[in-house]
Order: sequence, then C-alpha cells, then structure tokens
Amino acid sequence: MSHTLETPADASSGRTPRSTRSTRSARGGSRSTRPGGATAGRVETPARKKARQRSLVLRGISLVVFLAATFFLLLPIIIIVFTAFKPTSEVNAFPPTLVPTEWTFDNFTRIFTELPFARLIANSFVFAGGVTICALVFDSLVAYALARIDFRGKNVLLIAIIASLMIPFQATLIPVYQLVSDLGWVNTFAALIIPRAADAFGIFFLRQFFVSLPRDLDSAARIDGASEWRVFRSVVLPNAVPALLTLAIFTFVNNWNDLLWPLVFTTDSEMGTITSGLTLLTGPGGIIPYGVMMAGSLIAVLPLAIMFLFVQRRFIESVATTGLK
Amino acid sequence: MPGGTQRRLTAAAFLIPGLTILVVFVGWPMVSALRLSFTDASGFGAENFVGLDNYVRVFTDPDILQSIGNTALYSVLFTPLAVIVALLLAVALNNPRLPWRGFFRTTLFLPFIVSLAVAAFAWQYLLDPQIGLLNYWLRGAGISLGNVLQDPALAMPTVVLVAVWKNFGFYMVIFLAGLQDIPGSLYEAAKMDGANAWRRFTNITLPQLSNTLAFVGIVALIAALQAFDQIYVLTGGGPYRSTQTVVMEIYESGFKDLDLGFASALSYVLLIATLILSLVQFGFAGRREKDAS
Repeated sequence: MSHTLETPADASSGRTPRSTRSTRSARGGSRSTRPGGATAGRVETPARKKARQRSLVLRGISLVVFLAATFFLLLPIIIIVFTAFKPTSEVNAFPPTLVPTEWTFDNFTRIFTELPFARLIANSFVFAGGVTICALVFDSLVAYALARIDFRGKNVLLIAIIASLMIPFQATLIPVYQLVSDLGWVNTFAALIIPRAADAFGIFFLRQFFVSLPRDLDSAARIDGASEWRVFRSVVLPNAVPALLTLAIFTFVNNWNDLLWPLVFTTDSEMGTITSGLTLLTGPGGIIPYGVMMAGSLIAVLPLAIMFLFVQRRFIESVATTGLK
Repeated sequence: MPGGTQRRLTAAAFLIPGLTILVVFVGWPMVSALRLSFTDASGFGAENFVGLDNYVRVFTDPDILQSIGNTALYSVLFTPLAVIVALLLAVALNNPRLPWRGFFRTTLFLPFIVSLAVAAFAWQYLLDPQIGLLNYWLRGAGISLGNVLQDPALAMPTVVLVAVWKNFGFYMVIFLAGLQDIPGSLYEAAKMDGANAWRRFTNITLPQLSNTLAFVGIVALIAALQAFDQIYVLTGGGPYRSTQTVVMEIYESGFKDLDLGFASALSYVLLIATLILSLVQFGFAGRREKDAS
C-alpha cells in the first residue's frame, strides 16, 4: 500500500503532465481554449479563433512574467554560481556585474587554503551521513515494535514519542551540551552524531507507514515460523523502501544544512562542517571575501543539488509528506 | 501464554537502542533543563537554587523582553509573507494553462535545499552597500537602501527576507498538494455561474484550502520562533540588538556568558510556546488528513 505515500507526490508532481492533463480533459476542462489538440480538426469560427489567439498571448505573457519572477527568485543562487568563478577584482568591482567577464578557479583553490575545507567536506558527509544511517536503523526498529509487536505500555510509549516530537532541539541544547561535554565528546563525531542517532519524528513517521502495510504480508511469513527479526528484515523493510528513502533525504538535508548544532559541539575548526566552517570567513567588521565565500557556498550546495536532480520527485515528495516537522 | 516472555524480550530488543538514545539525549535533558532553570549554574563550581529568579528575569529584563519582542516581530513578518508568496506561486503553478509548469516547480523549489547560512551569504553580497548587485539595481530604480544590515529599521526585514526566500518553496509544495485535492467540478460550476478568477480564488480555493493554510501557517510560525542561523551570520543580533531573537539569546547566554540557569529558563519559555503551537498544528494535521480521505 505504498500509495499512501505516492499520492501526494503524484498529485503535486508536474513531472507527470500526461496524467494531469488527461484527468483535466476527462473533467471537461478548459481544453477548447488550448491550441492544437481537440480544436485542431474543427472548423474555427472567427470568435473561436480570436479567443484562441487571446489565450496564446495570455500564455506568452504569463510565461514571460513567470520567467522574470523565477529569475529574481533565483538571483541569490545565480549570484553564488557566477561569483564563485569571478576574479577578486571583479567580485569587488563597481559597477557590479552578474556574469563574470573573466572566469577563474582562484576562489576554489583559495577556499582550500583559507579553511581546512577538504576536512570540512568530509566532516559534513560523516556527520549528515552518520546521523542518517543511525537514525534510519534505530528509528525503524522502534517503529516496527510499535507497529507490529504487542507489549504492555505500547500506547503510553507512542504518546510519549508524539509528545517529544514537539520539543525543539534548541530548548534542550544546554543540558545536551553538558552531557556531551561530561562524556568528553566535544569536538568528536560522537558529539555530532550520537545525540541524533534516534529521532522521535523518524519513529513516528515510519510507524505510521508500517501500520499502513497490510498484515497479510507478515502473517504468511509468521505461519512459516519466521521470527520478528525475519519479518522485520525480509518483509516489512523491503516494502518500506519509499518511506525509508523519504526519511533519509529529509534527515540528510536537515543535518547537512544545520548551523547551530555543529557550532555548539565543535570548537576546533578542523571538526566543523561546511556550513559552520564557512561562517568563519566573516569576521565582524572585517572585509568579507565574497568570491571565496561563494565558491565555498557552491560546494556546500552541490551535493544536495545533485541529489535533488537525481531523486527530484522523491525529494519534493519527501518534503511534502514530512512537512509535519 | 508461554510466548509472553519471549515476546516481551523481542519487543525490548527492538526498542532498547532507539529509546536509550531518546531517553538520554531528549528525555533526561528535558528534566535537566527544568532543574537548571531554577539554579544559577555556570558549568563550574556550586549550583545554587534561586527559585523563580531566572523566570522573573526573562519577563522583566528589558534586553530579554526586547529579544522576545524581536522574535514576535520576526514571526509576524515572516509567517504571512512566506505563506502569501508560497500560496500565490502555488496557485499560479496549479493553472494548467501555464507552460513549463514542471520546470518552474523544480526551479522554484531550489532555494529550499540551500542552507540558511549559505542563503545569508548570497543575500549579504547582493545587498552589500558598495558592491551589491541588487543594491545597485535598486539605486538605478531610484531606491536607495543604504547598508541594510547596519540599519536598525531594516536589519530585521532583511533577515526575515532571507528566511522567506529559503522557505517559500517548501510551503509552495505543500500548497500544491492541497490544491490538487480540490475537485475541478467546483471551478467548472463557478465558471458557469460567471465567477471571475478572483471570485473563484476567494470563494473556492481559499475555503477549500483552509486547513492546509492553517497547517502551513503554524509550521511557519514554529520555524519563526527558532530563528537563528541567518541572524548569526548576518547581524549577530545587531545593530543595537534589533535582530536579537530568543534562540540567539539562548545561544549567547548559554554558550558565551555561561549563564546556564538563565539560558535554561529561556529555553523552557521557548519550549512551552512551541508546545502550544504544536498542539494546534496536530489538530490541523488531523483535519487535513480527514480532508484528503
């Protein structure tokens, strides 16, 4: 029953124009005002032709307006990409330019000398990847017990987990820091990853999905004498791949982009993430090296952008369905 | 039942790893923060019980009241702006007559994958008083903004703008899903009755979308209460504390001034505000699900 998750994606996805269009024409939508298609074969009355031309002009105008709006809305991303390749003289030039007149990789080589940038990239991958893997494993185990195993206190536990969903991590940051510091974990991956290795939201999200999987699937396996672990691993998990992927994307993106968390748990610049490391480039009152900063920003966005391109539908769906948090 | 013990052991095996993490790093800190909030803990030396002093300070210290006021102002600016931008774009993208809808939907979602810190860098450069491209263009149009991040009146709108820019794509996607659930027949009937586009929007789209709207509004409000990243990057809370928010205050009092007791009290105030909003959000989430089924 994976369609509980698929529905919002299909519904919100413009990537499936065919199905959207066919439902619209099936509803008897405003198909006749559109050029081509159903109207092409018919004899056009002057009024119809006029309406069609007007509609074409309207479409043209809306396209131009939307392209302009999109350009301005994406200007910060465009400026990151172009500035990253500008020489310093052009970055600081007046009047400012949009597209570089001269392209250079200087900013990219400089970011690796001004910050331990290779290390920061690796840290970001270990941190965001580590949290994602741990959370997926631990969350799915708890979620499975909540969805499939009967034990005393199950409802109380579920309510406690839903309640802790509402706790913003900022509110418990100080005692968590004290704890991590007492354990001697500050400036280690343990500090970054372990406190986030399980997450109430992930448990709740996966539990909802597991509950929606038909029980017939596992009862067959149970009759064959399969243990809970077998049912979990061989029946439930393979059927929950879409939900797991959704949660993985969501968790990875959130942690990759987080600033406060690495800022608090790492004081050593070698242990920061790309996101926290880049903030070291701006000193108060100092001159901001925009070129280097944009090169670093481009590298920071790139892994997520690539991921986004490959799993675009899943990515957007993941956001729409996990919009709870 | 002979399988009872076995079953309990199995359940425990599934539950223990995840629950241990949650108890140690969420449950215990909740209790610990509450305890700290009644002390003058500084991380070193003895902790003394100070009663409600920290909470009294939260609601009487003019600086802290200003931070709370700033967070409220930030929320009041951010929430409607983000919701309106997202809703308008979603409605436009939902119109089947707009060409290249898939392309627009994908590109307009892009800002959401950019971190707030990186978004802040880009906007800082665009709005730079000397070499900022956007500032230059606006001056060409006769609008002189000056140094927005040093201007106590404009710094807050600027940090709000960065957050709206980063998040509108996210809310837009949720709205798009909601719009797809509105039956097309409603629009057809309204069209036959001669309702124009604006009437159709106010009489069909808005009422049909009301639960999604409320849901997105509260999600945005909760996000606004936690404002930190771009403020840390752009203004550090300045100028003259005009962008100092509650989370900035928690970070500074907890990790710079090491006033752990006070920071914990402020954390609890944030927690309770979030909790109330979350309960309301849960209500709307439930109603949204009912709508969908």
